[in-house]
Amino acid sequence: MEIAGILFTLAMALIVPVVFLSYLFVSEKAAGGRRRGTQTARSLPVFWLIPAAVVLGFFLIYPMIDTIVLSFMNADSTRFAGGENYAHLFSDRAFLIALRNNLLWIVFFTLVTVTLGLILAVLTDRVRYEAVAKAVLFLPASISLVAASVIWKFMYAFRPAGESQIGLVNAALSVVPGFQPQAWLFDVPFNNAALMVVGVWIWTGFALVIFSASLKGISKDLVEAARIDGAREITVFFRIVLPLMSKTVTVVVTYFVITVLKIFDIVYVMTNGNLDTEVLANRMYKEMFNFRNFGRASVIAVMLLVAVVPVVVMNMRKFARGKAGK
Amino acid sequence: MKRASGGDARRTRRGSRILVRAVLKTPLHAVIVVICFLWLLPSLGLFVSSLRPRHLIQQSGWWTAFETPFQFTLDNYSHVIESSNMGRSFINSLLIAVPATVFPTVIAVFTAYAFSRLKFFGRDAVFLVIVGLLVVPIQMTLIPVLRVFNQLRLTGTFLGVWLAHAAYGLPFAIYLLRNFIDELPVEMFESAQMDGASHFRIIVSLVIPTSVPALASLAIFQFMWVWNDLLVALIYLGGTPDVAPMTVTISHLVSSQGSGWEYLTAAAFISMLLPMIVFFSLQKYFIRGIVAGSVKG
Repeated sequence: MEIAGILFTLAMALIVPVVFLSYLFVSEKAAGGRRRGTQTARSLPVFWLIPAAVVLGFFLIYPMIDTIVLSFMNADSTRFAGGENYAHLFSDRAFLIALRNNLLWIVFFTLVTVTLGLILAVLTDRVRYEAVAKAVLFLPASISLVAASVIWKFMYAFRPAGESQIGLVNAALSVVPGFQPQAWLFDVPFNNAALMVVGVWIWTGFALVIFSASLKGISKDLVEAARIDGAREITVFFRIVLPLMSKTVTVVVTYFVITVLKIFDIVYVMTNGNLDTEVLANRMYKEMFNFRNFGRASVIAVMLLVAVVPVVVMNMRKFARGKAGK
Repeated sequence: MKRASGGDARRTRRGSRILVRAVLKTPLHAVIVVICFLWLLPSLGLFVSSLRPRHLIQQSGWWTAFETPFQFTLDNYSHVIESSNMGRSFINSLLIAVPATVFPTVIAVFTAYAFSRLKFFGRDAVFLVIVGLLVVPIQMTLIPVLRVFNQLRLTGTFLGVWLAHAAYGLPFAIYLLRNFIDELPVEMFESAQMDGASHFRIIVSLVIPTSVPALASLAIFQFMWVWNDLLVALIYLGGTPDVAPMTVTISHLVSSQGSGWEYLTAAAFISMLLPMIVFFSLQKYFIRGIVAGSVKG
């Protein structure tokens, strides 16, 4: 039975692309194909865009519209509820906590990770084992957030004072005189910070790699000239290097803001949003599956969409400008 | 004689300059080495713990494992693979991730080609929509798709997750490949068209071979994305152990095992194996894909 299931899965995985390719091949023949010197048939682009359009239409465009509609409906989407869900959420403590936590993540996580990434990019640029250092720091970005959460849940493991600690964080800090072991994931408000540390551990290497690439693009002559003029390293960095990297910094900050806005896995695995650590995506998941309230869950999704609209507009503008430049 | 000693002096001077520079750089090296060490520690702790017997994990820190007598075991691994569904979940993760990588990549190549090389009315406007879709939060799609999946009986099936992952990865894949195909030399396409090659043929025998680096980055990016995904699997596959990928199984283990660290660490490490192998063997493509992916949300 198990083998049959696996074989069926593999067969499907082959059949779908084969069907897709045959469709493209046949549609080009049907559209008149291409003969020497003739124009491409007008209908070909239409045929070729249909598969992507169907997939994107069904999985992204239709659901977006439907989610907006559902946000104005009651829990099981049978009755129009007007702005009830919106009004309710903004008076709901759990939702407001989640909203606050997302803001905390956006501000503190982004600030720390970007700063650390920048510093490390500048530092590793000056040593010969740069590639090794970058690989080590980037490694956490390659594993799943779930695995990273298990790793850190263990790091934060807590035993009452007097017992031997099995979590590295408490064990290391017990060297400090007067330190009492902490249950990091349970102590409000430290637990939010403890979760953000996991994010910093995961994404610093990511920021580092991107900043490092941008740093390599800066002319060495420019930096050297400033040094000869007697500028201190700090001045060189803030006056010359950082301004030249500002575009990259914007890209990374934007990426982090969007990522953190939707952060889910770390909170789901480590605290499940208990003790004031919930974030919007976890709140939505609970509204969906624990409370079966699709109306309220949809409102949270709509909030997330509204928050990324500026980025959508920015990306579209950038693309339109790029096209005009060509 | 004289000349030789002059050379020696110069050499010593240069030697001392290198030495001075090395000394000056010591704090720099120290900072980098310490940070790298700190970054490795959490994963190292996980790995060491996964090899320790249960009673020791609960009694003492993993760093004490390096004291004699050494006590290591593979029991945790055999236990999670057999009894905690990790063996099945590993296969499920593969069965989910491979098609969920192949589908969007294949579709994206042809769609990106159409956007890049075919001329049609409203081409840039349609592409603008795809650019807009890049950062749309996945949460906006979960409820409606789940409802349709429920009606079509696609919840809890691999087919449903493949299609969902394909769709979520598609805007970025099209965006990346279109930019890549745009940069390919126009003459290449023109001469192929002169020879009467069809578009299908041009893609198969020209575009795909020349796009191998971009395709590799894209495929690795998408594969890792799906492999490491929790949310999509959690929503569309539900809690059925038969189809659960490792991320879902581990998150269930966390809530059921609580502090059963010997199993949690072993399970987490199994899920990290493949990403780490991919990372170290295909680092160039891997990092390129992730960096390119920074435009995606």
